[in-house]
This record gives sequence, C-alpha cells and structure tokens, in this order.
Amino acid sequence: MTDMVPGEEPAVDPPADNGEDPSNGPNGNEPSAMYKRITGIGTSAAEAAVVPILAVVTALIVGAFIIAVTDVDTLPLWGSDPAEALRLTMSGVSDAYRALFVGSVGSFKAISETLFAATPLILAGLAVAVGFQAGLFNIGVNGQMHIGGLAGLWVGFTFAIPAVFHIPLVLAAAMVGGAIWAGIAGVLKARTGAHEVISTIMLNFIALFLVDYLLTTSVFQAPGRNDPISKPTGVTSIFSPLFGSYRVSIGFIIALVAVAVVYWLMYRTTIGYEFRAVGYNPSAGRYAGMNVAWIYISAMAVSGALAGIAGVNQIVGVEPYRAISNFAGTFGFDAIALALLGRSHPVGVLFAGLLFGALRAGGREMQGAAGVPLDLVLVLQALIIVMIAAPELIRAIYRIKTPTKDITTVTSTGWGS
Amino acid sequence: MTLELRGITKQFPGVLANDNVNLSVSEGEIVALLGENGAGKTTLMNILYGLYTPTAGEILVDGEPRVFTSPGDAIDAGIGMVHQHFMLIPVFTVAENVALGFEPLKFLSWIDTKKARETVTDISSRYGLEVDPDAMTEDLPVGIQQRVEIIKVLSREARFIVFDEPTSVLTPPEVDSFFDIVNGLRADGKGIIFISHKLSEALEVADRIVIMRRGKTVAEVKPEDVDEAKLAELMVGRPVDLVVDKAPAQPKDVVLSVNELVVLDDRNHRSVDGLSLEVRAGEIVGIAGVQGNGQTELVESITGIRPSLAGLVHLAGEDITTRSPRAIHNRDVAHVPEDRQKRGLVLPFTVTENLVLDSYHQPPISRWILMDWDAARDRAVRLVEEYDVRTPSIEVEVSTLSGGNQQKVIVAREFDRPVQLVIGAQPTRGIDVGSIEYIHSRIVEKRDAGAAVLIISSELEEIKALSDRILVMRGGKIVAEFDPSASVADIGLAMLGSEAETVAS
Amino acid sequence: MTAVADSNEMVIKTRATPEEKRATFIGLVLIALAAFTLWAFGLGVEPGSESTFKLSLPQARFEDLSWTVDSRTVALITALVLGFLGGFVLRRSHLKRTNLALSAGLVLFSFAFLTWAAVDGSFSLVGMLKSTVVLSVPVILGGLAGLMCERVAVINIAIEGQLLTSAFVGVIVGSSAGIWVALIAAMATGAILGAVLAVLSIKYRIDQIIAGVVINIFALGLTSFLSRRVLTEAPGLNSPGRFSSIKIPLLGDIPVIGPMFFDHSMFVYITFILVIMLHLGLFYTRWGLRSRSVGEHPKAADTVGINVYRTRYRNVILGGVIAGFGGAFLTLAQVSRFEDNMTAGIGYIGLAALIFGRWRPLGVLGAGLVFGFARALQQKLGILGTPIPSEFLSMTPYIVTLIVVAGVVGRARPPAADGQPYIKD
Repeated sequence: MTDMVPGEEPAVDPPADNGEDPSNGPNGNEPSAMYKRITGIGTSAAEAAVVPILAVVTALIVGAFIIAVTDVDTLPLWGSDPAEALRLTMSGVSDAYRALFVGSVGSFKAISETLFAATPLILAGLAVAVGFQAGLFNIGVNGQMHIGGLAGLWVGFTFAIPAVFHIPLVLAAAMVGGAIWAGIAGVLKARTGAHEVISTIMLNFIALFLVDYLLTTSVFQAPGRNDPISKPTGVTSIFSPLFGSYRVSIGFIIALVAVAVVYWLMYRTTIGYEFRAVGYNPSAGRYAGMNVAWIYISAMAVSGALAGIAGVNQIVGVEPYRAISNFAGTFGFDAIALALLGRSHPVGVLFAGLLFGALRAGGREMQGAAGVPLDLVLVLQALIIVMIAAPELIRAIYRIKTPTKDITTVTSTGWGS
Repeated sequence: MTLELRGITKQFPGVLANDNVNLSVSEGEIVALLGENGAGKTTLMNILYGLYTPTAGEILVDGEPRVFTSPGDAIDAGIGMVHQHFMLIPVFTVAENVALGFEPLKFLSWIDTKKARETVTDISSRYGLEVDPDAMTEDLPVGIQQRVEIIKVLSREARFIVFDEPTSVLTPPEVDSFFDIVNGLRADGKGIIFISHKLSEALEVADRIVIMRRGKTVAEVKPEDVDEAKLAELMVGRPVDLVVDKAPAQPKDVVLSVNELVVLDDRNHRSVDGLSLEVRAGEIVGIAGVQGNGQTELVESITGIRPSLAGLVHLAGEDITTRSPRAIHNRDVAHVPEDRQKRGLVLPFTVTENLVLDSYHQPPISRWILMDWDAARDRAVRLVEEYDVRTPSIEVEVSTLSGGNQQKVIVAREFDRPVQLVIGAQPTRGIDVGSIEYIHSRIVEKRDAGAAVLIISSELEEIKALSDRILVMRGGKIVAEFDPSASVADIGLAMLGSEAETVAS
Repeated sequence: MTAVADSNEMVIKTRATPEEKRATFIGLVLIALAAFTLWAFGLGVEPGSESTFKLSLPQARFEDLSWTVDSRTVALITALVLGFLGGFVLRRSHLKRTNLALSAGLVLFSFAFLTWAAVDGSFSLVGMLKSTVVLSVPVILGGLAGLMCERVAVINIAIEGQLLTSAFVGVIVGSSAGIWVALIAAMATGAILGAVLAVLSIKYRIDQIIAGVVINIFALGLTSFLSRRVLTEAPGLNSPGRFSSIKIPLLGDIPVIGPMFFDHSMFVYITFILVIMLHLGLFYTRWGLRSRSVGEHPKAADTVGINVYRTRYRNVILGGVIAGFGGAFLTLAQVSRFEDNMTAGIGYIGLAALIFGRWRPLGVLGAGLVFGFARALQQKLGILGTPIPSEFLSMTPYIVTLIVVAGVVGRARPPAADGQPYIKD
C-alpha cells in the first residue's frame, strides 16, 4: 500500500506567480465562513493539517477493504483456503494501489496525466470555494460547466483567428456563459430568497437537457451525426499540450493563474472583503451598506465564471476537442469535495486538486492494469469529504483527544424562504 | 413538600456558570431569584429542568435526591417552567401547544382533539386565564402567549413553577395582571421560583429573595428587611446610580423628520403605521415602548435597511426615504444597531476588519478595489486606544471579546467622524455597568457637539436617564410625549394605552 | 427644513406590496399564455381540424371510447378564458384567488396543448394518464422520503443515492433470493442509508447538504463500481423477477379511471395508501404532532419531554425505508435490471416535488403527478412527432421547482428549523 499523502504530491511549482505570501494578509489563513460552519475546524492549525491527511489515508484503507470484498474470483476461496485467499487478496489490493501510485506520479507521463486531470478539478474547486467564502453553496458547478463550456465551444468553432486572440476569447465566452448560468441562481436568491442549493440543483438538470438539445441542433451538431455530439473546436482555440505528446496543457497554467487571481480577489480587494463579510454575516453586510443582493449575484457570477473555464477546458483541452452529452460528468460534486479539502482557500484547493487529479490519473491506470473500476475513486472521494466534514469521526477513529474549545456547530440555513 | 437545589456547579468550556449554588422553595411560597444578566440564573434553571446536566450537586424533591436527564424527568417530578423565550410552536394552535408531549389519545396514536381543547378551557376558566384554544399561537400577543405557557405548565399538574424573566416582554399593566396570576397560583399551593433582574418586582411579589452574582448565591433576604438600593448593591457588588451626567439640552434645527411612515415587518404586518417624529440638533430623543411595537422596523427603515411602504423621511431637509444604507451613512449618520452580534459585527472577522466595516470602500482604507491593510491597522490601533476597547490584539476575532468591548468596537467605528444624526437602538443591552456608563457619556458628547440623537431602548430607566425628550411608541405610532421627569407609571400607562383597561380588568 | 415644514401638503407615496407585485406578474403571465395559445394552437391550426382523444386501452372491456373535439375551437375558448383569468388577476381585487386562477389557467393550457398536439390524429389520453401514474410513483416516494426527514428538520438531499443503492441491492437480492426478499433488502438498504444520514447530521452535525451530497457520490460510486466489478462478472445477478400488475376487480373496469388507477403493481397502490397514511399521521396523531414540533421548534419539543434526537433518528430512518421502497419499485416493478446511474435525477425530482408540494403529503402527491405527467407527455410527444424537443419536457419539473422556490406562486414555508442541528447543553 502506498502512502499517498499531500506532502508527497508531484513536485509542482507552487503558485510562484502569485507573488504574495498567503499568511501576509489579514486573513490569509482564515478558513471560509462555510468551511467553519461545516467542519467546526477553525483555529487549531495543527488539527487543520492533520485532519485532511488522516482523511485521505483512512479513505485509502477503506478503499482497500472494498477492493478485497468485491474480488469475485477470490471470494469463494476464503472457505477452502483462507491463506491463499488472503495472499491473493493482498496482492490484488497492492497491485491496485501500486497502479494507482505509478499511474499518478510514477513517471513523467503519469505526472502529466495527474496535472491534466487536476486542471478542471482545480478550476471547479475554486468555483465552489469562492461560493463558500461568500456563504453560498454552489452545487451548480456541473450546469455552469455545461453552459460555459458550450459558449466557449461556439466561439471556438465559429471564429478562425490566431490563438493569442482566440483562446482569451474562448475563455471570456466560457466565463460569461458560466457566470450567467450561476447568476440566475444568484438573482433568484437575491431577489426572492430562493435557496441556492435548490436552484442550482435544478439549473444543473436544466443545463443538462439544454445542452443535449443544443448538441442536436445544426449550430452545434457534427455534420452527419444523429446523436448529441458537437463539431470539433477550431484548431486555434485548442488548449495545446505543454510538452509534445503529453496531455497536460496550457489549461493547467490557466488554472494556476486562476488560483492566484482568486487569492488576490478574496484577500486583497474590497470585493473579497465584501464577499467574506456577507458570507459570515449578511445582516451585518447590509447594515454596513453593502448591497447584499448584488454581492450574492456577483459571487455566484465569479463562481460560475470559474466553472465555465473548467467546462471549456473539458472541450478545448481534451481530445477529440468536441462536446458530448453530459461532458461535465461528476466534476460538480468533485468540486465540493475539493473546496472542503482545501478549506475554501485557493492554495488549499490547488493542492486538493492535485491530490484528486492524482487519484483520477492513478485510478485510470488501476482500472487498466489491476481491473479495479475507476468508480472506486468516487467512493474514496465521498469518504474523504465525510471525514473532512466530520473531524469528530477522525478523532473517534484515531482516538485524538477532542480539543478543549467548544465544538463549533453547523448552522446550515433552511431553504425555500 | 419542598424542592431543593444543593451545591449545584456547572462548568462550561471556559466559564464557570454556577458555583456551588443552593436554592429551595416550598409549596405556597414565592422565591425570587435575583441577579444581573449573566449571573447564572438561567443556567441554574436549565439544570433544574433537566436541559443541562450539572457538573456537581444534587436536586432534591421532597427530600429525595432526583436525577433529571431530560425535561421529561423534571415534568414527572412536578416541575414546570415558563421560559423567557416562550417554548411554543408558532404554527400550532393553543390546544396543540398545550397537548404537545402530553397528548390525550382516542385510540393508538390518534389525538383526542376535543379533550385537548377541554383541557385548555378547563384550566383557563379555573385560573382566569382567558385563551381561545383554537387560536394559532403565532397570531397571539405576547401576553396571551405567556398565558398559554402557564396553562401548559398547569396541565402537567406541576407543583413547582419556575418563571424565567416573565415580565421582560410585558407592559406595566400586563405585569400587574401577571402578578395577580402568580399570587393566585401561590394561593393554590404551588411553589414558585421567580427569576428577575428587576428589583422592584422582586420586592413586590416575593416571600423570599435569593441573590446570585457571578454564578454564586451571595445572599438570601426577606423583602421587608431590604430596600432597592440594598438589593442593587448585593446584585452588582457596588452601589449603582443610573444617572447620566449631562447639561440641559439646547435643541437647534430639525435634523431628522419622519412623516407618516408605514413599514411592513417580515410577516407583512404594518408594524410601523403612520408614524411621525422630529429630532433636533443638540437633543437626545428617547423612544420608550414595549418590544415588538415597531421600534426595530422604524430604525431599519430610517437607516435604509428596510424599505418603507409609505411616508417620508427627511434628513436635514433632504428626502432620504428611498436611499440606500450607504447613502444614508455617508450623510453623517451613525447607527448603533439593535443586535450587535447579528448586525453590528462580523463575529469571525478580526477587530481590525470590524473597525473598517463602515469605511472599507473609501480612502484611506482602500483605493479603487484595492484594500490597504496597513491603513486599516493604523485606524484599528488608534480606535482601540481612543475608545478603551479591551482586547489582547487588533488581530483577534471580535467574537472573543466581551459584550461590552464588542459594543465599544461598534461605537468607536460609528462615532469616529463628525456626525449630524446618531441612532442608538438598545445601545447598552446586556453589557456591564462600566461599559454602559462609558457609552452613555460618549452619546452625550455627540449631542453636545451638535448631533441629533435618537435612542430606542426597552429599558425605561435608560430612556429616562439619557433623554431630553421621551416619545412613547405603541402599535407602530408615537402615542405620547413626556418630559424625562415624568413618572414611570405615567409613561408605562402610555406604553400600553387603551388596552390597559381590558387586560387589567 | 422648509420641505419638512409643509410636509402635510406632500403626497404620501404608497409602494406596491409583494402580494400585489406577484399578482401583476402572474396576471401578465396568464395574458401571455392566452396570446400564445391563440397564436400557436388556434391560428396555427387549419380551420376544421379535429383532435381525437382515446379514452380506453386496447384490451379494455369497453373498447373504443374516444372523444373528438374541434382543435381550433378548443384553442380559441382556452385563449379567451386565459385572457379573462389574466384580467381578473391583474385587477388585484382578490389577491387570495391568484393561485387558484393560475392553476386553472395551467390546466386549461395543458389541455389546449394536448389538443394541438393531437391535431388530425388521435392521442391515447388514457395511456398517457396511466403512465403518468406509474412515472409519478418513484417521484412521490422520493418526495415522501424527503418529507419524513424535513418534517423533523433534517434536509435530505440523499434521496437520489438512497433510491439508487436500494435499486441496486434489489436487483442483486432479487436475482438470488426472490423478489419478496429483495423488496425487504431494498427497504433495509434505504434504512441503512437513512441511518447514515441521521448519524452524520444528528450525531456529527455535518452540514446536512454536505451529508446528502456525500451519500449521493458514495452511492453513485459504489453502485457503478460494484456493477462493473460484480454484475459484469456475474450477469445472472442482474435479472430479478418482477412484481406483476394486479387489476382491482370492478374498479379496474371503470373507463378512464380504471386503467389509470386500478391496474398496477402493488407498489402503486401502496404509494397512494402511504400518502393518505402520512397525511393523517402527520396532522392527526401524536407521532405527527411530535414530529412537526421537532421540525418547527426542537427546543420547545425538548422542554415538554420529547426526545428530539430519537424522533429525528426514527423519522430519518423511516424516510430511508420509503426511499428504499421506491428504489425497489425501479428494479423490481418498472424494469427488472440495474444500469449505472439508472435513477438519473429522480431523487432530485422527488426533492422538487417536496418543495412544490409545500412539505405536505397531499402536496407531494399532487406535485408527483404533475411531474409524472410531464414525463409521460415527453414519451408520448415523441410518438406523435410534434416539433417540441423532448429535452424541454424533461426540464419541466426543474423549471417548475425554480419558479416555486422563487416564490412566484406564493412562498412555501418549510419547517422552521429545517437544516439546523439541535444542540443540547
């Protein structure tokens, strides 16, 4: 079994282009409103570091059990030859995890695959994190990726201009598309008080069917096809690979820039101050003269814009550079896990994204080499979120003494009104 | 037949709420438990009622030690409680609320609604507590809701009844009729614990007064042996006088003028209903009134937080009726909000971040959209010094500060500029005496500097001490105006108005 | 200062109340629907066209019941009535009737739409209504599962995961031990996931939305993982039997109503019985009174001796059982095999039905039928070949829910404590 801990992540440049020390700001290390609400982790730095690591390790151990008990070929053997069964099971598990390790950081290609997989995860995770900071629960990243992605794709195949202009234009279109789609939920919350969880869930499905429909219209559909599949994007709009045949693309650079920009926005600008103030206490924000309605709308829009980039990356950054039905997959849910794991902090999200990217890249190798379906990664992610969201579980499992401070409690608000 | 609490200690993380507290009550006796806010009275009662488990100590009923792990145990032991915040389900009828937890059944789990209604009418006629069993609880006035609570307790055949700050939401005449009810209960042989921080009430109604301070019982006295001054000294540990040192007001031009204002509350009721008032420069106008008569909505509407339905608000001659909170703030209006934790502060933010809540959007704290945290820290250092905010550092979360210091943060932020209008809603609620005096003196200072001041408080004493002119608000309107020298009785009657006769009779 | 002095002469402006604004909006919507009906369904149809509705199924006892109407007349009358309703609402004289007018308008509009869809052809109205009922069953069950939880203030986003997992377990057990055992296993699975949700949100006080999302990811991941790793290896495990239809004697032969309601598998009957039981239980029994008190004001419930935690655990687990029953319906009655992510959002539609139904069992029933109608319509329109893309009908439940949460048809009031953990001490 490998020791997959965040510290052993592939050596990626930290966001050096960030140019600022995260701890320098007044709140560089302050977890977001939502993160505190959800986990109760607030002030203890040691615990904040230990919990995510233990969560990942525990998830991997549980994953090993799941692999073992679903080993259909070996299961009957436990009755007749337990020793052999144990050996086979252990080797099955270790094969799987070795593949997971090798497939994520075992070679330059593997690292490239990890970064490639991490790209949309980081962007989508940032989207959720920005929402969390402003006290908004954006479950709608999936829908925003779909709409933003399709908007970017349209720009991608409609124009033929040099890449220097084309790619920014594609990005802008994707951001606008995602921002508008998320903005609907923001407007509904701001104007009518509709809970964003409900409205973004609904918007996810609406986007899903809308994309399905659009992909069958002549504007998008690939010529000669009857199924929902789009024309490929224009050559000049492709996020081209950074290193020849390796898949990691300039999308990853865009994600790093996004991390830096989000950091700057949240901790260095009045906009971020407003987002965070309203996230913690909208009544106080209103009292302080902030336009809370507008802040909800703009925070959702920023969140959606990031999701839009994530969405378009899945089209113009992934071969064969075209859109299919439900191309955003489960990224929306992965993003929630990432934002939690990264404590809603942009740099945290970056590392969480790299970890999940490694799980994905390794998971594919695991599926190919060891025959363990990739879906295990989803299970691992779910386990990680549970343990991040309930640090008491970790404390119970590892008999860590409860800190003396009173456990902060969740105050998720009701909905509908 | 006695109820006794012996050596009760309750340790919360970081707070020793109760420290070896002793208290007893017999049947047919009224014991007043007196103490300042935060003295540990409510904690003690929650222990008695099985809501908290004591760290040490025991509860004896008729001499038998009993362990209460839930309110159900306390109810079984004959203990009933009327909580400060009523424990009624707003969307249930009176009969449903009374029946809850004690439902009469027809068969299986099917509720006998007829019997539930009869229980209410029986008890209400026996004790003279008129209530309609089919009324929806949320539609009832506070005084009637309290009756529902009492009926609830009586329907469980409680022998000992605890009233937690029962008069804090009532008008003076309602208080009188409440005392009639309590005396009736005593005559019926109930043992009553009456929790209050109001001296006069304890003296008026109790057979015995127990005084708590900082989690300890510090004294037990008979009402005939003491006066208010002595009780106050026992409560706070030093003599207090709620007198604000100020020169006579010299009112000048009208600064704030409110005309026929109508404001809806969250439930779309006209909680401010055609209200008019004026405040002049250099005077403090206090609004007295029972809570929930539209004061909150009035302040929110003047300061632009809540839109009004009709009417006009003028500030120094300019119509600000539909202006945003920021536009109004920028016209030199300081607003100390009613609920400091809900509105005035962002609790997880640091002291620095809270001190720029009003000015983060303008130089020197920010330029364009860029925050200048150095400028923010400079301001924080200066204000913490100037306003005597006791904090270990300007980088700690404001939630770690005491209530008085949190309030000083707000006052510092709002008063740190020339202002023409100060609006203070409950400016000293729930904070220590030292901070109260400090904040009052700062408010008078602003008046003397020429600001118009509007104070809203549910503490009549504070209104009387601070105001140059007193307005009484009831049913969303100003119904009377008094000189600060007017008697509490007169003002109290105006606070209740015409309903006084119906409730009192 | 002068402005203040002569303020008595000023006009006091009155701004519109939210109710009045809403009425204006809905009135305009109705007028717009009227115009659309006139234009698309009325003028867009050849004069003299006829639409035929079949009112019986092929093998019914009374065969060949049908009803033919003049397409254009129906549209014109509908447009007229819609316009009248719109004008009525716009007058804002009877604000309480706004929703009634809106519902009446929408029913009429649907009928006009069907008439238009069936122009110059025949449309099996009964067939569609029957599948409306069938398709609404998992939605209603999902909604009721959510209702059980939210009435005690635990938000349940995990309905989808509960349905999916129990559908999966139903298939495996059904293939190896028979459908009755499978039904019980599926319900037990729902109960276990309910218990997980309960423990996470009540004991560990995880944000309930997070807890629900986690269960959904876990369910999707685990069922897909197991289906690839186990069901593909052993396809025999993916073919359980089916609960067959039970036609109720006599009632099942009534035209229209019979096939619609009385010729189904026992799941359908139990679902309807469950709705009635929950309605009575919630509003007339001790269990319901106590549950609602826990959802509205848990502290008050605690002070009268009700165990808030136990009540929440019990109801959330029972909610899981209902979802498990719904999952079993998917793989033991509707189809009889499992496919990856086969619920495809039904759990979320159930959540939508719960909100649309305003947290009431009968409301959930109504909402479920409306959403079932949309899904049935979507299937039938494909056959009729109307130019409306089926994707737009698929969106209906979600758009309707968006409109509901936006408060356009009146603000629904969820249990007051919904989503908030209860902390003693």
